[in-house]
Order: sequence, then C-alpha cells, then structure tokens
Amino acid sequence: MRFLSLIFTNLLRHRLRALIGVAGIGFGVAAMLAILAIVTGAIGMFERILSNDSHYLVFERNVSDLFFSSVTTGQVRDIRALTQVESAHPLLFGIVSVPGNPVVTCFGIEADDPRLVRGEWRAGSRDTFGKNDGEVYLGARAAEFLHAKFGEMVGIGRGTFKVGGIFKNENGFEDGGVFLPLKDAQAFFHREGVASVVAVKLRDRSQGAVFKAAIEGAHAGVIALENREFSQSYNSFKILNFTAWAVGVCAFFLGGLGVANTMLLSVFGRIREIAVLRVCGFSERQVAALIFGEAALIAAAGLAVGFSIGLLMLGVMERVPQFNGYVQARVEPLVVAGITVTALVTAVVGAIYPARFAARIQPAEALRYE
Amino acid sequence: MNDPIQHRGEIIAAARDVWKSYDRGRISVLQDVNLDVRAGEVVALWGASGSGKSTLLHLLGGLDTPDRGALWVCGLDPCHEASRNELRRRHLGFVFQLHNLIPDLTVEENIRVPALAAGRAKADTAARVRTLTEQVGLSHRIGHRVQDLSGGERQRTAICRALMNAPRLLLADEPTGSLDEQTGESIFALLKQLAASEGVAVVLATHERRFAEACDRLVRVRNGKLSEA
Repeated sequence: MRFLSLIFTNLLRHRLRALIGVAGIGFGVAAMLAILAIVTGAIGMFERILSNDSHYLVFERNVSDLFFSSVTTGQVRDIRALTQVESAHPLLFGIVSVPGNPVVTCFGIEADDPRLVRGEWRAGSRDTFGKNDGEVYLGARAAEFLHAKFGEMVGIGRGTFKVGGIFKNENGFEDGGVFLPLKDAQAFFHREGVASVVAVKLRDRSQGAVFKAAIEGAHAGVIALENREFSQSYNSFKILNFTAWAVGVCAFFLGGLGVANTMLLSVFGRIREIAVLRVCGFSERQVAALIFGEAALIAAAGLAVGFSIGLLMLGVMERVPQFNGYVQARVEPLVVAGITVTALVTAVVGAIYPARFAARIQPAEALRYE
Repeated sequence: MNDPIQHRGEIIAAARDVWKSYDRGRISVLQDVNLDVRAGEVVALWGASGSGKSTLLHLLGGLDTPDRGALWVCGLDPCHEASRNELRRRHLGFVFQLHNLIPDLTVEENIRVPALAAGRAKADTAARVRTLTEQVGLSHRIGHRVQDLSGGERQRTAICRALMNAPRLLLADEPTGSLDEQTGESIFALLKQLAASEGVAVVLATHERRFAEACDRLVRVRNGKLSEA
C-alpha cells in the first residue's frame, strides 16, 4: 500500500461525501469554463471585427466605449493620405432592434470593406453594395432570425429596408449583424460625417511608430493603437474579463466551502482512525498531507467532471438557435490553466482547517474511551 | 548523558516519579509511579478498571504527558514531540482492547500502515507481512477486508500491525478484553509467543488475573500506585 492508495481508499470509503465535494468543484469549474470561454470568444469575435485585415486601429481618444467614438471624414482622409498607409477602412457601429431581437449590431462600412470581400455570398453580390438607395445587407444568421429573403423588405429599427444581399461570415457578431453603406448608416444613426473606428493596414508594419506619431501629431483627438495593444487596454474587454473571472471565482468559493464541509465531515467521522494512524507513527505533517491529498484528489475529479460538463454546455450553447450564433466559445490554454490552479487552490484552502484539526487530534483523548 | 537508564544495559523503558491527573488535578490517576521494563520480558499491569493501567501505557507510548516525573523508552523521551514520532515508528507497537483497524482496508494493508508511516518501500515490507501473518495463522486471510474477519482474527491483525516495524516494546492495553474466553487465551498465548520469537518486551494492561499471573512479571496497579507482586 502506498500513501496515494490510502488517500484513494479513504475517498472510496466515503463515496457520497466525496461526490458532494467533487460536485462542488465540478460545478465551479463548469461555470467558470463556460463564462470565460463565452467571454473570451466574444472578445475574440469583437477583436476580429476591429482588426479586419489591419494592423492599427484609430479611434477617438479617451472614449469609454467604441460605440461613442467619432473619427471624422476629414481625419479618415488624412489617414489615407499618409505614405505609410496601404488602406484604411472606416467602420460605424450602431445598435438596432428588430422584433424578437432587441439588440442587433449594425455595421456602417464602405463598399471595398474586406468583410464584403471575405464573405460567402448566399444571395446578391457585393458589387451592388451602396449603389441602390434603401438597401441593407444581412449576415446569414441575421437573415435567419429576421426571416428575411433576398429582395424582400425588412423592418430594422424605425426604418424599412430592402434586402440587397445575404452573406455568410465566420464571425458570430458579423453573421448576426446588419450592414449598411457608411453614408446610410451615418444618416440612420444621426452621426453624419463620422466613423466609430478606422482599421488601418500599413505598407510596412515596421513603420507603425512613424504612422502613430504622424496621425496623433496631426489630430490630438484621436489615438492609434496596434491591434494587440488595443485588446489589452480596451476598458470594455478588461471589464468583461474581470467580471468573468470574478463570477467564476465566486462559483469556486462555493465549491471551496463544499470541499471544506466534505473534509470536515470526513475528519470528524474518523477521529479514532486518525488517532490510530498517529499511534502507528504518522506525524502531524503526514496526517495533514493525507487530508490535503484527499482534497486535491477531490479537486482533480471535480476538474475532470467540470471540464466535461463545461465543454458539453458550450457545445450545446453554440448550437442553440436562440443565441443567434453569438456564442463562439474559445477555450484558451491560459483559461484552462487558470481554472485548474483555482480549483486546486480552492480545494487546498478548503482543507486547511480540516487538516489542522486532524493533525492536532490527540491520540490519548481519542482512544481513552474505548 | 541525558539517558542514564539506557546505560544500565537491558532496561528499555522506565518511568521515574511519574504523576498524572486529569480535570486540573481534581482526578489523580497516577501517583509517584516508578517502573523498569527489561528487553524481552512480559510485564503485566494488573488492576481494576480506572486504576491507571491505560494511562501508564499512554505515557510510555507518548500518547499523553505526565504532570511530573520522567520517562525513557529506547533512549528517547516520549514527552518530546520530536522523539514521539521516532519512537512510534521504530521502537513501539500498540495493541488496543478494540482492534482499531482501518475499515475497508485489507488485512495486509492494515498491517502495512506503520511501514507507510516510516516511509518503508512496499517491496521491503512484503516479506515481513508474510512472516507475521504466518506466525499468527492469518496468511489465508491476508487479502480479506477487516470487516470480514472474526474478533480474534481482527486482534491478530492488530498484533501484526503493532509488530510490523519490529519494535522493541509492545504496549498492549486489555488486548483480550473484548474477546471470548477461548479467543482471549489464544491471543494472550500468541502475544507471549511473539514476544519470545521477536525478542520484544511487552507491557500488558489487564484486569484478568489469570493472564497477569502468566506473565514474567506482575505489577499491581491500585489507586494510581504500583506494587510488584
């Protein structure tokens, strides 16, 4: 018999208690995985909307959210005039509501926008984009939930538009979004002459610093950030990430209490047995290691169960039509590592008091009343 | 030297002027107790329930500490935390009235527990387990869980566990107390036989005179005091 097999046997002897602990950690893992994968996936989708075959993003300095950012037509023209710039695509964000979907993202773009080039066209063509008045182009998923077909009229917000084309886009937000020519979008959202953000592709990426200095020098009201730099500093991403981790940690806190309760019950139920181990030569440290080992094994089983449940949940959510394709979970190695560490730490912290209690059991007291 | 008794040669455990009370001194259990235990001898602590036999065993085994006095076992002071683990792992074995085996573990796994505490490798201990179980007639039950054993078999398993690390002193607290007469006699005979074959000294706490009288020495415990019979 080895130390590990004694730990394993102890858990098997109290299956129900062990299962309660495993369930506590498992639900924490599943909740954290689901929340973080969805948030990370959403952030990833938004990043891809912004990066859009570009190196730099230019937007209004000190705005709390890109939806409130204004980059003027004149500033877009100046950006395009810079020698370092190969292409610059302005994008205006807006939110519209349609029956059954209170929040649908609207993209105001120009006809040469890479999204239209990249899209897999289901109906219509990008050649007509912006050429006919009163037309709207739909992502394939948006066409589904709007029950709209090519050439039909569709109500969006306070307006009614003719569907000029439908195209499939890999990005969930874009696939569930509606697209208007930039000028039409500016008029629709009463934001004439401005874009929310400009995606800039440079001729030579190493000229980024020169480009940044040039545009920020000429226009103090805008800021140019590299895509990676933007992702790390954008407040909305930070808030989303922080909230996801905070909710996940709260779920783990409950799981930790479950482990603490399980281990306490386990220790209280075998005070005499632990006393005998001490009599047989187990040190306080070895007894504590036994309890911590049991907690760690519960955490390991909880991780396996939690990851299985979490991945299953994500798979189901990605396929549920009601989510409109907005759930594109992304399970990153860092998230998996973070959840694993959090689960193990939670279990070990939950086992501190039970382990201390077990290590301090006085054999004489425990065995006195045979 | 810190351990004058050890230098006398054959004494492996000793108590000197030991006092012990409970409930903040209100219940006096041992009063001015002195005892020497020599290598290989079987000493009976004989007395009624509550006379202080178990308390003296607990003190010798480092399970409790005296109010006053000194104890030495195999050159170590059982009152010191640092010595206690070493004593229990290398030099002491315990047998209790109730077997105190770990449920759901097999006979073999229970016997191995002290080896686990001492960090001995599984391969090293296999032969020892085999020898002990053969000596006590349990080799056919080695893979059975303890809940499937009879009372006598459980106590024999507990004796094997106590002897696993080849201790020099075995402390047995009413080892026949929960067994029927016939089984009790066989367990007592086994203890004596193992003491002789293993060369281990035994301090046996018992309230049964027939067992006490069959030991090498009989020490009567009455009202917390010892008297050699």
